[in-house]
Amino acid sequence: MKKRQKRLLLVAGGLVGLAAVTGLVLNAFRDNLVFFYTPSDIVAEIVPMERTFRIGGLVEDGSVYRAEDGVTVHFRVTDTAVAVPVVYHGILPNLFREGQGVVAVGSLQDGGVFKASQVMARHDETYMPPEAAEAIKRAQREGARTVGHPEGY
Amino acid sequence: MIAEIGLFALILALLLAIAQGTLPLVGAARGDVALMAVGRSAAYGQLVFLGIAYAMLTYAFVTDDFSIAYVANHSNSLLPIQYKFSGVWGGHEGSLLLWVLILGFWSAAVATFSRSLPREVLARVLGVMGLIAIGFIGFTVFTSSPFERLLPAAMEGRDLNPMLQDPGLIIHPPMLYMGYVGFSVAFAFAIAALIGGRLDAAWARWSRPWTAVAWAFLTIGIGLGSWWAYYVLGWGGWWFWDPVENASFMPWLMGTALLHSLAVTEKRGSFKNWTVMLAILTFSLVLLAAFLVRSGVLTSVHAFAVDPERGVYLLAFMGIVVASSLTLFAWRAGKVGLGGSFGLVSRESALLTNNVLLAVSAAAVLLGTLYPLFLDAFGLGKISVGPPYFEAVFLPLMLPLMLLLGFGPRLRWKQDSPTEQLWRLRWIFAASLVFGMIWPLFVGTWSFMAGIGAFLGLWIAGSALKDLIERIRPRPESQQSMGTRVRRLGRSYVGMQSAHLGVALVVVGITFVLGYDDERDVRMVVGETVEVGGYGFRLEALEEVQGPNFTADQATVVVYRDGERMTTLTPQMRQYFSQEQPMAHTSLHRGIFRDLYVNMGEELPGNAWVMRVYYKPYMNWVWAGVILMGLGGFLSASDRRYRVRARREEELPVDRADQDPATATG
Repeated sequence: MKKRQKRLLLVAGGLVGLAAVTGLVLNAFRDNLVFFYTPSDIVAEIVPMERTFRIGGLVEDGSVYRAEDGVTVHFRVTDTAVAVPVVYHGILPNLFREGQGVVAVGSLQDGGVFKASQVMARHDETYMPPEAAEAIKRAQREGARTVGHPEGY
Repeated sequence: MIAEIGLFALILALLLAIAQGTLPLVGAARGDVALMAVGRSAAYGQLVFLGIAYAMLTYAFVTDDFSIAYVANHSNSLLPIQYKFSGVWGGHEGSLLLWVLILGFWSAAVATFSRSLPREVLARVLGVMGLIAIGFIGFTVFTSSPFERLLPAAMEGRDLNPMLQDPGLIIHPPMLYMGYVGFSVAFAFAIAALIGGRLDAAWARWSRPWTAVAWAFLTIGIGLGSWWAYYVLGWGGWWFWDPVENASFMPWLMGTALLHSLAVTEKRGSFKNWTVMLAILTFSLVLLAAFLVRSGVLTSVHAFAVDPERGVYLLAFMGIVVASSLTLFAWRAGKVGLGGSFGLVSRESALLTNNVLLAVSAAAVLLGTLYPLFLDAFGLGKISVGPPYFEAVFLPLMLPLMLLLGFGPRLRWKQDSPTEQLWRLRWIFAASLVFGMIWPLFVGTWSFMAGIGAFLGLWIAGSALKDLIERIRPRPESQQSMGTRVRRLGRSYVGMQSAHLGVALVVVGITFVLGYDDERDVRMVVGETVEVGGYGFRLEALEEVQGPNFTADQATVVVYRDGERMTTLTPQMRQYFSQEQPMAHTSLHRGIFRDLYVNMGEELPGNAWVMRVYYKPYMNWVWAGVILMGLGGFLSASDRRYRVRARREEELPVDRADQDPATATG
């Protein structure tokens, strides 16, 4: 092979490699974006099934109850307009309280129950998870309107 | 008085930084020796005044001076004394003061250890360091002074965040900042070289030990942060791909690329522009990290008080640094010229591949970290990018890098025969493949990821050890004894192999802990036993205990292995007097092949607790690997040639290293 051909081959190989890597990164990116929805979005049925997303809002007063095993917790997350049931297996954050802001990551199960794999509460005395605040703000703004908008599109 | 002295010292340091950032640069341009000499004195003076400011704040912490707002917000009279010292960097303002102190330290270190540099070069390097210092000290003085008074003074301090009351956190920020700020030296050398138009092997040789030291500190700093998260946050996780972690990981990835690229520039005179570019990018990512953590765009334990002014300042500073250095690069880079050419298979091309993979990894992390912030900033919605993205991207990018790591260091510069090298390594390759596939079976059921991890770890370690043995074993044609051969290896070489062995340990540790960790969240009453990872955990007792500034519920958990009592763990749920939130305190039993980890969750009715019990195999391999990597960085920076050759000012012949790889090691 001549030197020029060799160099051409090298450049072409490099470009193919770079394209493959870019494809890999963007593909992984698209598949793993975690969108944020509010309880109103879930009730309006505009959220994807079988995909992980985040919800935020307040833990509804009087909604927390613990199953027999002591580790499975049921509660409802409200954006003050509507509330959705959430189930979580594991240890809740120390500052998880009824009436306080919460963000949960998980997916929607059949029957409209949100199965959380991770629950986040505020982590100090003054801080409200921004997404919980956002859900409430949005629910109040949407007010009369019945359908919210999916985020991230 | 204390606060005022501190602030005054800080302002004097700022004035000295202005002198340091201007006069030596002017002097270097005009060839004015007196002006150039200002750099060194200004650097020393700056360090003295920053030291005074820092000492004043520490004094205020130790004497519980709650008339200073920062002290009142981050300390408490009951705080144990070691945390009064570390509390100085427990919040935004104080940690920034530590940052500028470390910057002053690096400037002074350059002034001390680079006496042998040509006068113009040293003047320019110190000048650039001065400009950076103006940015950061100005930021401290104008937006984030830790010396603001509180009127009227508080009776009692609000206490240091309990999460930060931990030995790991005493050393994590100083190490991390030594790393971050250390890259400003590499940056300053790069900019100085661009200004002076002298980019050569000598420049790379001056810059390389500084970069290696900064890199080693950053490695250890990140490792400590991860270690802290592992046992303080109590989720058993040690890396969450959280934006704050990513903020430190991006400069690390880029800095790792820089370190390897500098090797080529030093030994072969190639990759000069690319090396300069990497130095600029690494420091830009450091500034980005400072912006992400300190502007309030992120919320985490690191995200300090939200103040838009600070974010704007840092963003503007970052913009100025990046724009001006890239402009300078565009203007000057064309004049640099290319170094020696190299073949398709050579040490150079292996290092080039390393650089490309590391830079792409950094870019992928950047995308995943910034994209959600952009969308949020422009009101386009709230999304997050979770660990699955980073894992999906990282595994395929790291796999070729780790394969390459097994034989790249053995390649000769300029041109090598791929078949010869692969043939020499055939047994290592086969053995690591076979044992790598078997190894996971000793830990649990076979998993692909663990198999790959074990294979790569053995491959890297095996080829490194083979290389080492080949170098030190006695040869018939040579008179040297083995002892002489060991001494002649050179710290640079030993450092490299140590860091690479560290990578092998980290790879094995990560894949095994991901593949085989066992976690159980269970309700437990006294007398109950739970099985996790083949160990029995029996809750023996629950009691209340008293700490210096907290009370705690403590559980006594006895661990059994095959019916034999092995150890006792005592996790606590602490209630700090000054805080509303209780905090879990993990109890760990460390071992070479596994960690046992027990954490208290919530109290349940009926004198029961939700307990979190973990079995973490090979966790300590990760930490050991990080330590080896850090040691490797320090070792290679202390290589003899940096001390001896640095005295020679003449330009080094570029192809000096073009010899047998046994003497030309990177």
